[in-house]
Amino acid sequence: MTAMQGTKSNGLTQPIYLDYQATTPCDPRVVEAMLPYFTERFGNPHSRNHYYGWEAEEAVEKAREEIAAIIGADAKEIVFTSGAIESNNLALKGVAHFYREKKNHIITVVTEHKCVLDSCRHLEQEGFQVTYLPVLKNGLIRLEELEAAITEQTVLVSVMAVNNEIGVIQPLAEIGAICRKHGVFFHTDGAQAVGKIPLDVNAMNIDLMSISGHKIYGPKGIGALYVRRRPRVRLQALIHGGGQERGMRSGTLATPLCVGFGEACRIAREEMGTESARLLALRDRLMKGVSARLPEVYLNGDPDLRIPGNLNISFAFVEGEGLMMGVKDIAVSSGSACTSASLEPSYVLRALGLDAEMAHTSLRIGIGRFTTEKDIDYAINHIAEAVSRLRELSPLWEMHLEGIDIKSIVWADH
Amino acid sequence: MSYSEKVIDHYEHPRNVGSFQKADDGVGTGLVGAPACGDVMKLQIKVSAEGIIEDAKFKTFGCGSAIASSSLVTEWVKGKTLDEAAKIKNTEIAQHLALPPVKIHCSVLAEDAIKAAIADYKKKNGHEDAAQ
Repeated sequence: MTAMQGTKSNGLTQPIYLDYQATTPCDPRVVEAMLPYFTERFGNPHSRNHYYGWEAEEAVEKAREEIAAIIGADAKEIVFTSGAIESNNLALKGVAHFYREKKNHIITVVTEHKCVLDSCRHLEQEGFQVTYLPVLKNGLIRLEELEAAITEQTVLVSVMAVNNEIGVIQPLAEIGAICRKHGVFFHTDGAQAVGKIPLDVNAMNIDLMSISGHKIYGPKGIGALYVRRRPRVRLQALIHGGGQERGMRSGTLATPLCVGFGEACRIAREEMGTESARLLALRDRLMKGVSARLPEVYLNGDPDLRIPGNLNISFAFVEGEGLMMGVKDIAVSSGSACTSASLEPSYVLRALGLDAEMAHTSLRIGIGRFTTEKDIDYAINHIAEAVSRLRELSPLWEMHLEGIDIKSIVWADH
Repeated sequence: MSYSEKVIDHYEHPRNVGSFQKADDGVGTGLVGAPACGDVMKLQIKVSAEGIIEDAKFKTFGCGSAIASSSLVTEWVKGKTLDEAAKIKNTEIAQHLALPPVKIHCSVLAEDAIKAAIADYKKKNGHEDAAQ
């Protein structure tokens, strides 16, 4: 586990990893569980007529049960995929296509992951109607707005459980109740939620849920889609062939990945309670530490209704990419334009009503299983020093100290 | 994305950071870019009675390439006449710092900042061609 940590300044070789919403390292226990399935237990889980196949199938089915257990589902309702992006594509396109003769309207949210938004755009090109709900300043949707958007034509509501940038938790049970009341399917992208917060597909009336392996200390390249059986949700497959996964997703299952994913779910389920409390303490320590050292620091997204491991902070008057370069002893990400391929700042932060200039000054800090108090203390000091140095360099900070309102200046766009 | 050694050097050891008194007659100030776009540069020049730029200072809100571009031009304009400084091209800045294509706009902004500072100086000192 120590391999995950360390900085040059600490005398170690790697920056401290604080980007747990991007991905997580495999838990060593996960890797250990996976290893035999690469070598001696290599069978094709779909081989029905010999020992090797049975052995692999048993391992896959045990993993399926672990994945079902963490969301209160039945193992028969879990479809393995290559990851949450595929699961989101399968949920949206699969449901839309299956029910297209009857209904053609989908409701989603402007702050969804790109793969949900892009799938919706694709469906719009095919003739489906899509409503993109706005969010409040804290990142959450308004339930009345959701209910008002539902029509006779609505087949599916897709609202992410936890946002990948700002970590806010949508009111899943309330959304589920509204959807059930109107006879509309409820899909949620649970990539950032599973293993982080308690989830129960029955209590929350969730009909479809996307899950990712590598966000919960499992391997990359595997995910799952929960598809409710009662009342039954039907969907049209995206990948055709061998008829695996009850015809919803053909292709030979990757036994080691399934096993690792299952083990990751088991560990997350068993340790969620104590781990959440630990992460929450670390998160508060970081936010308090940074705020005590620096003025003009703003938390983006709801302060309470968010997962314990996420902070998204705007450091006013300091540009995010410049800041990332200054905090090179920690690995974080930024909502600034420059770090992404596009030149626009984060659409999630913009959707909260943040000014573009504030969106440019944000850092996303992800805290996880291998983060220690020492890491957090190091990060506080490192961030505070970098921000202070860059503010000395910032003409906007200078104007702020002189009492000039930056919004009062007419800036030339470029 | 990785940065060139020159960008990192200017980012970690920026030259001529600071401000002159804006109101001084010998000072020209250029403020270009926009916070909403993620880049703002303030470049100031101090011009001698003979029309030579004897000192320059900058402050920049932006990425490492923007900071490096403005830091670099404060070095380049020193000792130049206004006409010589006005001839600095963004392509020279980009080439010197080995900026990748997505960062070319940083060098464009630095060129704009020099021109804006020169124009400000000329306007304050009643030069005829100040309008540009």
